[in-house]
Amino acid sequence: MKSLLLPPHPKERRIVFRNAWTQGYTPDIDCYVKHGGYEQIKKALGMKPEEIIEEVKKANLRGRGGAGFPCGVKWGFIRRDDGKPHYITCNGDESEPGTFKDRYILHNDPHQLIEGMLIAAYALNVNLAYIYIRCEFPKAARIVTQALQEAREKGFLGKNIFGSGFDVDIHVHQGAGAYICGEETSLIESLEGKRPYPRIKPPYFPAVLGLYMSPTIVNNVETFCHVKQILAIGSDEYARMGTPGDGGTRVMCVSGDVVRPGPYEIPAGGVTLGELINDVCGGMKPGRKLKAIIPGGSSSKILRAGEVFKMKIKGDDGQMVDKEVPLLDLVMDVTTLAAAGTMVGSGGVIVMDDSRDMLWALNNLNEFYAHESCGQCTPCREGVLWMDKMTTRMVNGEGHADDPAVLKNVADNIAGRTVCAFGEAASWPVQSFLQKFPEEFQVAAKK
Amino acid sequence: MDTHAATSSGPCQADQIPADLLSKIDEAVTHYPVSKRSASLPLLHLWQNHFGFVDESGVEWIAKRLDLESINILELVTFYPWFRQQKAGKISVRVCRTLSCALAGGYEVREAFCKAAGIDPKAPTHGHTPPVSPDGKFSVEFVECLASCGSAPVALVNDDLHEDITPEGTSAILSQYN
Repeated sequence: MKSLLLPPHPKERRIVFRNAWTQGYTPDIDCYVKHGGYEQIKKALGMKPEEIIEEVKKANLRGRGGAGFPCGVKWGFIRRDDGKPHYITCNGDESEPGTFKDRYILHNDPHQLIEGMLIAAYALNVNLAYIYIRCEFPKAARIVTQALQEAREKGFLGKNIFGSGFDVDIHVHQGAGAYICGEETSLIESLEGKRPYPRIKPPYFPAVLGLYMSPTIVNNVETFCHVKQILAIGSDEYARMGTPGDGGTRVMCVSGDVVRPGPYEIPAGGVTLGELINDVCGGMKPGRKLKAIIPGGSSSKILRAGEVFKMKIKGDDGQMVDKEVPLLDLVMDVTTLAAAGTMVGSGGVIVMDDSRDMLWALNNLNEFYAHESCGQCTPCREGVLWMDKMTTRMVNGEGHADDPAVLKNVADNIAGRTVCAFGEAASWPVQSFLQKFPEEFQVAAKK
Repeated sequence: MDTHAATSSGPCQADQIPADLLSKIDEAVTHYPVSKRSASLPLLHLWQNHFGFVDESGVEWIAKRLDLESINILELVTFYPWFRQQKAGKISVRVCRTLSCALAGGYEVREAFCKAAGIDPKAPTHGHTPPVSPDGKFSVEFVECLASCGSAPVALVNDDLHEDITPEGTSAILSQYN
């Protein structure tokens, strides 16, 4: 990834990416220790577990996998002394189209992840943990396995880590090419060796009935790294970097029609969409204009160039006021993008210029969801295939007049009617493309 | 009882397990002290890495090793796109199909890989049995998002990720695997 070899952009603040993009940094344990590695777990082992969870809560760390759930709150669901075995599982099944951040951590800085997981394991009384890595990252699996072995040999992993009396082991578990395994209950089923059909919630909240029906915390790769950083920086300063309720930095992955695509680590709420695209990423490709932005992974609702959003925001006097915010002035944080009807999600920003056909782009995503539906729930299994067939037909110039309406109807009847959020993930693109670019679908329908 | 040897034309995989594969399998099972069944995917990976695909005897052998029914393993082989039930090319080319790569020319890259490998570009693009070149050397298929959208278009050739690929550059990539 060439752009990352450049010095950080002034808008960037590389914390979890600091090592990964330092010239000469290698993924072995000696290099990590030389850069201050494993100091935070030593500190953590001298703290009370509740204090660690409190730090994560105060830091306002939100999960970086897509759903954005407050990490400390999730951890708070675990009763440390309930007498049951507890597990943590790292979700390294990075597969959401547009998202490409965890791959760099896994390949370049595996010990940061391991240290974050050790801190979590101690805080949550976990003796056995797994790192689920998609099998399309075969080198990452080897690098992380090697890193775990190095940690074991130094006594940082296994029995009595750092002489603390606390035991924890971590193993790598490779996926096998299924996007659905990024859904946390699907990941757990996959880890149990079953077909990875997501479990229904309630009752199968992982924190209650997770891996082997025991309390389990599933966190994203980047999230665990932030845990380490919270201990290093302190929760107050970490929280201050972001916005209220959305602390620290977030890796925004920009791809598509910009001059400098790449992952950029930016304080939460630290840039607007316009600054991200025009300033950090060098703007649109020469001679091209912005047409559309998918702001948080392919499942997030698309935004159209020129849109203006009505939302309540805090004025200078602290009062909430109604304001009109143009697309490029939207601040990239959890609350602002939610107010604009979409989400920051996994941080995957896909930018499209005025040469792009929105029907073609939606058809590409429909094919993705049709391929990846696990098939457990009928509305999704059947619906995503219909949507894919319809947009494929429209792309091939065989649209029917009622196609846009039927497409919307199918999407509306998937969302909310499935065991897991894949139903929404597959419906939102269809619903939002139709809503934001109706004219392109009408033209194709009349062909 | 050997149930599979009689139905297979050649020697089946389960009759040819080398010692190092066996020891890797034994090691993998130890990673799952709570439930051996969890070792299903790791064992399938080890098996496919060695044999190139998983035949019926492999399904049966792995099931037996983990005290499972064959269907418990077969349903994984048929569900997960990664696993193959038939031999593919010696070199596997997996081109990313999804949006960011498609915007950057991923479809053209797949077509160029097909031509460079001697595969009909109109061959099926997805599936457990991808098209294989006449010399058996290459298989070329589309896979969904490889999570490297910032350096699109990309492809995974065996274990190597190739980034910023151009259609013109595909022959040179394949020649690295001669």
